[in-house]
Amino acid sequence: MADKKIGVLALQGSVREHLDCLARTEGAEGFPVRTREELARAEALILPGGESTTLRTLLRTFDLEEPIRRRILEGMPVWGTCAGMILLAKEVDGAAAPLGVMDVSVRRNAYGRQSESFSTTQIVPEVSPDPLTLTFIRAPQAQRVWGDGRILCQTNGRITAVRQGHMLATAFHPELTDSTAFHRYFLSFLP
Amino acid sequence: MAQERTELNRNLAQMLKGGVIMDVTNTQQAKIAEEAGAVAVMALERVPADIRKQGGVARMSDPKMIREIQNAVSIPVMAKARIGHIVEAQILQALDIDYIDESEVLTPADDRYHIDKKAFRVPFVCGARNLGEALRRIAEGASMIRTKGEAGTGNVVEAVRHMRTMNEEIRRLQGMHREELAAFAKEIAAPLDLVEQTAELGRLPVVNFAAGGIATPADAALMMQLGCDGVFVGSGIFKSEDPARRARAIVKAAAFFDDAQVLAQVSEGLGEAMSGIELSQIPPQQRMAERGW
Repeated sequence: MADKKIGVLALQGSVREHLDCLARTEGAEGFPVRTREELARAEALILPGGESTTLRTLLRTFDLEEPIRRRILEGMPVWGTCAGMILLAKEVDGAAAPLGVMDVSVRRNAYGRQSESFSTTQIVPEVSPDPLTLTFIRAPQAQRVWGDGRILCQTNGRITAVRQGHMLATAFHPELTDSTAFHRYFLSFLP
Repeated sequence: MAQERTELNRNLAQMLKGGVIMDVTNTQQAKIAEEAGAVAVMALERVPADIRKQGGVARMSDPKMIREIQNAVSIPVMAKARIGHIVEAQILQALDIDYIDESEVLTPADDRYHIDKKAFRVPFVCGARNLGEALRRIAEGASMIRTKGEAGTGNVVEAVRHMRTMNEEIRRLQGMHREELAAFAKEIAAPLDLVEQTAELGRLPVVNFAAGGIATPADAALMMQLGCDGVFVGSGIFKSEDPARRARAIVKAAAFFDDAQVLAQVSEGLGEAMSGIELSQIPPQQRMAERGW
């Protein structure tokens, strides 16, 4: 079977880290997406970690916001890590959000500044039977999940991963770890 | 615990990749930078061009001004401490700053030692002119490196020289046998384990940004094409004719650094860039890049 073509939005942030993980994930071929032509080739899309305000500005300037939104609504699997989660949520800090496709409300920098960044080890049953390292860098928190959204993971009583059909959002960064469990899990969203 | 902290601090730098970090001196400029798409701001009282012009001792900024900027924007806020000034760094840590720049742009407080950055919880970025200097700073605990360039000049030549030097040294490393690596580590006065790690990765073990003299979108793209992970723009934005427009253009140029069509488009009609200084006009004792070791 041909490798699945997984695009990584390559405007800013942890692009290389996601591409490196995809290179280690069997059945996936990762490539950077910066244009509508590249987006058209993607069977699924990863929105990496980075600065959500920067990503949002660049998405808009280079006319990628609507095309990505449309592809997601048509069923293209999408996964946002940290800043990517913020892009996917319908509500961010009480206001309307960029792509606004997931039934989630998110609070940015919910843990505070860099001194509050942390990592922890946890089992996420749906993703892997093994304990995974979850790394939170100036991370957002999902505060409320409704509609078709389903809580996938909670960490210290906070919602840290949400799945909604073909859409996945994680407040942490699996791309910063050696494990490709989350990338394999995301790959399973594809037919 | 310490190891985990180092990793988390390196991780934050990874999230800044492909982005532009802008020097700002007040909340209004900080907001302009954030709206333009900066990934972080550097809060300081005087941009390097003014420090250069006004002379005198340049120190850490007023904590009040740093706090105001922290409250004005949601992106990470960085601030500068003098080389070797442990207490300025402690104060910045107490302010819960996201990144400390132990910077040659300020007047050095210690002519022999840099700050022991491993003693801190908050991350540090440090300037370097070559691989040895970069690895010494990483050994001391820096979790991000930037070229020194020559700040406040609007002249990119020194940043290019520093990045090219690091690239050449890394390429040399990659062709070496293990025993040669030990001799090379001695030659550049860097710890062997970091030299080995760099040889294996083919790049520095931490994120490496460009800084010092970047004034145009083309300068930013040039540094990215040379392999930098992102850029700092100091005086280049708020010393230009139309800061908001130039800031937006440089952000776009960093993301599309290899696309000449986009670069041509964003470079159009930006107004006057900051006026620059030819390096030969700066006497050696006034060159900021010479500070530190």
